[in-house]
Amino acid sequence: MRVIASEEISNAVKNLIINSSVNLPEDTYKSLKQASEKEISESGKTVLNQILLNASIAKTELKPLCQDTGLAVFFVEVGKDVAVGGKNLTDAINDGTRAGYAEGFLRKSTCDPLSRKNIGDNTPAIIHYDINDGDKIKIMYAAKGGGSENMSRLKMMRPSDGKDGVIDFVVETMREAGPNPCPPNIIGVGIGGNFERSAVIAKKALFRKLGAKNDDPELAEMESIIFEKVNNIGTGPMGFGGICTALGIHIIKEPCHIASFPVAVNIECHSHRHSEIII
Amino acid sequence: MGAIKITTPLSDETILSLKTGDEVLISGTIYTARDQAHFRLVKLIEDNKPLPFDLQGQIIYYVGPTPEKPGEIIGSAGPTTSYRMDKYAPILIKNGLKGMIGKGKRSAEVKEAIKKYKAVYFGAIGGAGALISKTIKSSKVIAYDDLLSEAVRRLTVENFPAIVVNDVYGGDLYEEGRKKYENKYNNIAV
Repeated sequence: MRVIASEEISNAVKNLIINSSVNLPEDTYKSLKQASEKEISESGKTVLNQILLNASIAKTELKPLCQDTGLAVFFVEVGKDVAVGGKNLTDAINDGTRAGYAEGFLRKSTCDPLSRKNIGDNTPAIIHYDINDGDKIKIMYAAKGGGSENMSRLKMMRPSDGKDGVIDFVVETMREAGPNPCPPNIIGVGIGGNFERSAVIAKKALFRKLGAKNDDPELAEMESIIFEKVNNIGTGPMGFGGICTALGIHIIKEPCHIASFPVAVNIECHSHRHSEIII
Repeated sequence: MGAIKITTPLSDETILSLKTGDEVLISGTIYTARDQAHFRLVKLIEDNKPLPFDLQGQIIYYVGPTPEKPGEIIGSAGPTTSYRMDKYAPILIKNGLKGMIGKGKRSAEVKEAIKKYKAVYFGAIGGAGALISKTIKSSKVIAYDDLLSEAVRRLTVENFPAIVVNDVYGGDLYEEGRKKYENKYNNIAV
């Protein structure tokens, strides 16, 4: 059994958080660059160029890309032949989150839901675990902003709604969201599972590399249909009008109950900050 | 057409000259406030108590910046989504507020107050917090420091870039922009 010290995990998490806050991932930058070349609306083009300029300022001046440095969201895959020494894995990740948001001068955005009092250190992180083979721990991190999260939706559809129902639901969610979630967006769609699982896989879908094709041909086809429909809405960059409203649609499906058809749409802003490390 | 330079406090003349879709560069003093600060400001108005700053002719910027590093004026400072302030904005507008900077759609009540009391809503680029922070030349917390990033700050800005979303004439850039580009993706794709 391999043992990893909890400090090593905390340290890795801290570095992931600090680096993500100022470095727009390559796939996001490339996708925004392509959008800026494709966009036909003048104000849309201006917005996209400003977003690209913002990315280079953030990188050179080590200033956060966006003031909303998010809730810290993690998907963690733990090998069956690895153990964590010292603190438990959840505490180790929260320690790293606390340190990352403090030392990176990032905004602390967690608060009590009722009193609205700020927790002060951006914990607790939102952590999802999977167990797999091997002796490694893979940590995927996203800084998830509130603006795009607020426009996300979940619907317990009827099985008879079918594929077309899913497509319509995603497009309507995006139409209603309009300028609010900082378009152009990445749209994670979770189909199946149950109530909470559909939301978790919709979030997980956001981690797929932008521009990478879905392995499932049926889902890939649905993604391209939704992509076209969403970009025909007209919302455009920051909602000022244009043809670049979505940068990508990522769908994950899982088996569900014979009576159910849960569909979740998790919207991500253009400041799509995600990174991962394998320890 | 180039951007229009405007300065705060905003006069009625300036407000009447601004049209939906105009790009502007704002200079002067502006104030920051988000959800909780709005809640407190409106409570003060309801209780007939003085506000921490004079609203007359002023602009409120919906922002909660990242903490500044040593030597920095302010951290990353882009706009937050405005609809969360919709419940409070008409009361502030009625009491003298002339401008708001944020991102995203406003309610019918806010748009009505903008027309009735001559105000304007500007959109800034969400997710461009590093870029926007360069136009902020001074920053001072003047109230509610217990709210951390959501405290009320007095900022001095120089050529802060924004675009007129809702003007005094009932224009709405989000509606007009969307209609203009609806179904246009198909034309250029394939």
